[in-house]
Amino acid sequence: MPTIKSLDDLKKVREEALQKKKIQTESGKARVIVGMGTCGIAAGARDAMKAILDTIEKDNIQDVIITQTGCIGMCEKEPIVQVEIGDQPKVTYGKVSPEVARNIIKEHVVGGKIVTNHVIPL
Amino acid sequence: MRELSLHLLDIAENSIAAGATIIRIFVDESSIKDKLTLRVEDNGKGMDAEMLAQVTDPFVTSRSTRKVGLGIPLLKEAAEACNGSLQIWSQPGIGTRIEIIFQRSHIDRMPLGNLADTFRMLVVSEPKIDWELGYRLDDYEFSYDQKQVRETLGDVPFSDPLVLNYVRLTMEEGLKTQQPVSSIPSK
Repeated sequence: MPTIKSLDDLKKVREEALQKKKIQTESGKARVIVGMGTCGIAAGARDAMKAILDTIEKDNIQDVIITQTGCIGMCEKEPIVQVEIGDQPKVTYGKVSPEVARNIIKEHVVGGKIVTNHVIPL
Repeated sequence: MRELSLHLLDIAENSIAAGATIIRIFVDESSIKDKLTLRVEDNGKGMDAEMLAQVTDPFVTSRSTRKVGLGIPLLKEAAEACNGSLQIWSQPGIGTRIEIIFQRSHIDRMPLGNLADTFRMLVVSEPKIDWELGYRLDDYEFSYDQKQVRETLGDVPFSDPLVLNYVRLTMEEGLKTQQPVSSIPSK
């Protein structure tokens, strides 16, 4: 894998990304939120976040916004990941291992199918 | 949390929650001074003297504002057990600075862990914050400037797969010399 580090390389990345975007159709933007409070981090939120970033990078998934939030008051269910697609209601997942995180991206964010066995009923 | 880079993630979370728009994280390892220093500075809302005094007490946390949780007291204890210290300076309306020092060679010192992962997810999940990240190990230095990257990217989001790839490689490449100590390239 070539080392890309300079800002010139980043400019190329930008050009490439913009060209890809033109081909992409607007397919309902998704937002993925990872709980990064002390409780979440201690429970493995960084590994969940890492799995999410790696999956999006590797599978070349467009139009996903990744963000983080503090403790949302369900520390025992951490790591917690929430998914919002378009104007559909937010889905909250608990006990998200890296594997579950990958499934959430592949099945829910890309495939539109909720990963039911890890949903926290709110 | 058994990794210093996880504690850094936790501290950065406090800065984010404090509404900071600029967050500086610097990790400084010196084999000559036998010191490992972690420093996080932000321009968030800060804390008053009373809150500051209570910050390292595990039984005090302003839950509604979520400024500090269990992370800081545990880290202070860990630093002091390694002939080190944890200090916080803060002023309401100005910001907060936290500095943690460890004796680097102390047998009980937590490993730094995966700093590249910590840095990567901070800049990607909070792209609007001006992250100024740095790492030094003796005469090796790495730095990352979010503002520069954001301005270069323009309207391309940080969560674009190609940008994720760029950020990951930048962090992994820049920080790969962090461990083990014996494999530092001589410059």
